[in-house]
Amino acid sequence: MNTVNGTAAIVELREVCKHYGNIRALDGINLAVRPGEVTCILGDNGAGKSTLIKIVSGLHPHDSGVVRVDGRERRFASPREALRAGIATVYQDLALVALMPVWRNFFLGSELLIGVGPFRRLDIAKMRRIADEELNKMGIDLPDIDAPVGNLSGGEMQVVAIARAIYFGARVIILDEPTAALGVKQSGVVLKYIAAARDAGLGVIFISHNPHHAYLVGDHFVVLNLGRVELDAPRSQLSLENLIRQMAGGAELRALEHEMHRS
Amino acid sequence: MSRADFTDKPLRVPPSGSRVGRRSALRILLRRPEIGSLIGAVVVIAFFWVMAPTIRHVGSISTVLYQSSTLGIMAVGVALLMIGGEFDLSAGVAVISSALCASMFAYQFSTNVWVGAGVALVLSLSIGAFNGWMLVRTGLPSFLVTLGTFLMLQGINLAITRLVTGNVATNDISNMAGFDSARAFFSSTMNVGGADVSVSILWWVGLVAAGTWLLSRTRTGNWIFAAGGNATSARAVGVPVQRTKVALFMGVGFCAWIAGMHQLFAFDTVQSGGGVGLELEYIVAAVVGGCLLTGGYGSVVGAAIGALIFGVVSQGVVYAGWNPDWFKFFLGAMLLLATLVNMFVRYQVDRK
Repeated sequence: MNTVNGTAAIVELREVCKHYGNIRALDGINLAVRPGEVTCILGDNGAGKSTLIKIVSGLHPHDSGVVRVDGRERRFASPREALRAGIATVYQDLALVALMPVWRNFFLGSELLIGVGPFRRLDIAKMRRIADEELNKMGIDLPDIDAPVGNLSGGEMQVVAIARAIYFGARVIILDEPTAALGVKQSGVVLKYIAAARDAGLGVIFISHNPHHAYLVGDHFVVLNLGRVELDAPRSQLSLENLIRQMAGGAELRALEHEMHRS
Repeated sequence: MSRADFTDKPLRVPPSGSRVGRRSALRILLRRPEIGSLIGAVVVIAFFWVMAPTIRHVGSISTVLYQSSTLGIMAVGVALLMIGGEFDLSAGVAVISSALCASMFAYQFSTNVWVGAGVALVLSLSIGAFNGWMLVRTGLPSFLVTLGTFLMLQGINLAITRLVTGNVATNDISNMAGFDSARAFFSSTMNVGGADVSVSILWWVGLVAAGTWLLSRTRTGNWIFAAGGNATSARAVGVPVQRTKVALFMGVGFCAWIAGMHQLFAFDTVQSGGGVGLELEYIVAAVVGGCLLTGGYGSVVGAAIGALIFGVVSQGVVYAGWNPDWFKFFLGAMLLLATLVNMFVRYQVDRK
């Protein structure tokens, strides 16, 4: 078992490859997600970020290499299987139903029931209380738990989706570009809750193409380019400037800078 | 857990007390989907109370309720389906199909009419299942799928009736075995306080209660809202969206069976060309009652109030001594008015 930094990785990828036809989407990816750490995966469009999350979240199988969860090799057949292993994905569309109240969204698909036979019904009081408590734990305070989720801000909706994933047993949450569609202030809200989830001991995979956002919360950075890992460094060995430089194309940018340089 | 545990960095400072219990009664009322129809019902009742004094009699009230119930029974199924995000344009003729099936089966095979009713129930549920199955298998919009079944059923109703009876209506089954008990069950009237009250009103109230329970208190209800509100999201969190939609179409089928049996046992025979246009009235009742045309929002009680408005207007026009042609005009005006009130109230509430 990989025990770099003293903690065992929950999810570990070794030399993972993925092809779509003869297009090499991922090539020899190594990645370790540890509890209480935010692993940022950065890269330009088409770098392989989405393919990577699809493999970890169980949407697509990998072609070669090894995916380990808690040290055991796994190959997920469906997102449900990944979820059972404690890996939850919060997609950009969040899987929330805008017109439904916050608490109904929180428990949608996993409703709590009481009673027997034909009188089996929703345990509404309990669900409202738990949703309220769980959102409070994340430090979010909504004015009204019965308000439709669609009335919340983009950042608050992200947090509801994250809190839901944590409550239903996620140990690793994958956040797919959670700040992409948000303004500066809302992005701040989401970043704060990413930090809260990390402090609660979860492993967070934070997909982004914004190095500024990533650097604010990230503990470990992986930059992908054309399906390969171009940079893999802990925060201690990386400055924001270097990260931005890597994101922007590293060596390519330096050459461009040289060319464009005017005295 | 106490509040002190998590109030170190709140986004907004909340007033004291848990927000679980913190809701103003007026806000809750104004946020209900029925609010527009409730205001509409009060306006319409007040209007005809003044303009058509006959409507104040107990007997007239019972007639209004009866009129409302014949529509309201179907509006329950149609409203649930609409909240689930779909339409059923075949609902009107499906009522007739059910009645024709029960009548002709019992008559031709000389069975107890209850056997015919049983066969009709199977048929009605099958029509619903077919609509739902076509929808989820093909991905076609329900407007198209049910427009197809609407036309097909309309044709089948006429053609099969002509084939079997050589006529446009079914034979009288009132002297057949089981008719009396079936009539008592589906179409009897009882005397309450000097007025004849039809059992169909009880059916209506019962279905509204059951539908409301289903929608707001059960897991299936949660799934109906989710399937209509955002099917993709619902599926992503494990809601069986397709199964829910098929079940909703079958629910419309069940309501069509109740309505069909009521018609059959109230009038002894069935006209094979009936039911056309009624499907839109069911939809109007649901929309007036606050169901969102695009799904994901609405209530069964709202649809019941929508049906009540229907009953009041259709009888009110008669009691006022006006030409019944005005009925459709009032109906259209009510539809627009209730929808606008719904929109306006929701906007005002959400803005706060």
